[in-house]
Amino acid sequence: MSILAQQLVLGVMIGGLYGLGAVGLSLVFGVLKVLNVAHGELIMLGGYGAFWLFALFGLDPFASLLLVLPLSLLLGLGLYCVLFGFVVRADEETRVKNSLLIGFGLALVLHALAVRLWTADDRSIDTAYAGSAISLGGLSIPLVRLASLALAFALIGGVHLLLKHWRWGQAIRATAEDWQAALLTGIDIRRAYLLAFAIGTGLAGAAGTLVSVGYSINPSIGLEWTLKALIVVVLAGLGSTFGTFVGGLFLGVAEAASAAAFGGPYREVVGLVIFVAVLVLRPRGLFGQ
Amino acid sequence: MLEIRDLDAAYGDARALSGVTLAVKPGEIVALLGPNGAGKTTLLKAIAGLLRPRAGTILWEGEDLGRLPAHLIVERGLAMVPEGRRLFGGMTVEENLGLGAFAPRARRAQQANLERVYTLFPILRERRRQMVRLLSGGQQQMVAMGRALMTNPRLLMLDEPSLGLAPLMVRAILEVLLEINRNGVAVFLVEQNVHASLSLAHRAYILETGCVVGEGSGADLLQDPHVRRAYLGPLAAREYFQL
Repeated sequence: MSILAQQLVLGVMIGGLYGLGAVGLSLVFGVLKVLNVAHGELIMLGGYGAFWLFALFGLDPFASLLLVLPLSLLLGLGLYCVLFGFVVRADEETRVKNSLLIGFGLALVLHALAVRLWTADDRSIDTAYAGSAISLGGLSIPLVRLASLALAFALIGGVHLLLKHWRWGQAIRATAEDWQAALLTGIDIRRAYLLAFAIGTGLAGAAGTLVSVGYSINPSIGLEWTLKALIVVVLAGLGSTFGTFVGGLFLGVAEAASAAAFGGPYREVVGLVIFVAVLVLRPRGLFGQ
Repeated sequence: MLEIRDLDAAYGDARALSGVTLAVKPGEIVALLGPNGAGKTTLLKAIAGLLRPRAGTILWEGEDLGRLPAHLIVERGLAMVPEGRRLFGGMTVEENLGLGAFAPRARRAQQANLERVYTLFPILRERRRQMVRLLSGGQQQMVAMGRALMTNPRLLMLDEPSLGLAPLMVRAILEVLLEINRNGVAVFLVEQNVHASLSLAHRAYILETGCVVGEGSGADLLQDPHVRRAYLGPLAAREYFQL
């Protein structure tokens, strides 16, 4: 029983990161109608960013968020300007097709780049406090992962406030809901696209940083994270930031539960089952609008 | 103020407008009539910049709008209330109205315009914190018109504002249009409700299969046999044949 409870607690913690990764993907997909299959690679890059800052300058990974996040935003601006900005000019059907091609291409390039820069080895940031944990009623809760979960929640709350109250945040939501109506209210939707893509990339970078502290990274994790994020987006539906976060927690817990019930290999299966089940039973997702 | 010359537009290979020429002068109410599929919505979309014309010019105060992005056309003072209202359903009334004032010129006048909208539609002030998708159709139409007014327009284009509304609500909406017009905003109105829009409009154009086939003052067109037979229903047609 306590082993199961322990698994579930760890599931919640990784689930928070699934949620954070998925919010970025969901924002980009919901606003630009572009599926960025390189989203996981952007998470991977964020992880290496924090890893580098730690290895080269001894910067604490949580402090390095303050650098990785803005740098990822800038990377997002750059990627939009040279790649995705051209995709959104096409009509919606062509747009999804072209974005898949560009996304896969970008994923391959980033993967190769990461192997070249950091080798294919597993890396993680080994801080002095990495092993510390608190005990709670027989459960051991790793401090680093707990902090990551809290930070993921805080970041998502920040995005929620931004979308709710910032002028351009509202413009981003309006564009997601009806881009033609957004144009008719005088919103420059290209700029809304740009900002949404940059914020999505920033969130990916932040997620990567948190992954590199509590877990480990290597150049090949991108696809896996894209897949997790995609499952969460399908599960939660578009349009609700906190809903996506809850979807992430749900996937984390479901993975932990199925691993405990059926054995480790089934951890990866449950996500795909959820994916198919939601698409069949409730295609707009649990919280979709 | 708005001058359209020889406008052609198409969806792929399907031609929707050919050689449309018309004008709206400051302070006017101009109605655009025509059967379904005549190209009325297409014409409004082309003016608003949602659809690029194939040929011809759309001049707004002498400036060609043909290559201007839609959000800058709004900034020039040309607002459109699209068919089906197209509100942001997941947002409140206030947020929808606020988004209407997104462009810099409209933002400077936001408070005054918001007061104006709440004076025209007092019910919206009461409902300002409600999600738009929970409002009735008539109230949603008010939000749509309010959102367009928040852009601080000098020409307001409306695509079928009375569609699906109860007769009393249609009357209320059309009366507000007159009020808006009295405040100096020109109105370009596409309406199925031919009798109401002709009695409202100073002038009207008739669009059939993408071409302007008639124009005149509202009062003249109300008496025009073709208009009566084609648009004013069987009763008017019977009247026409008996004459």
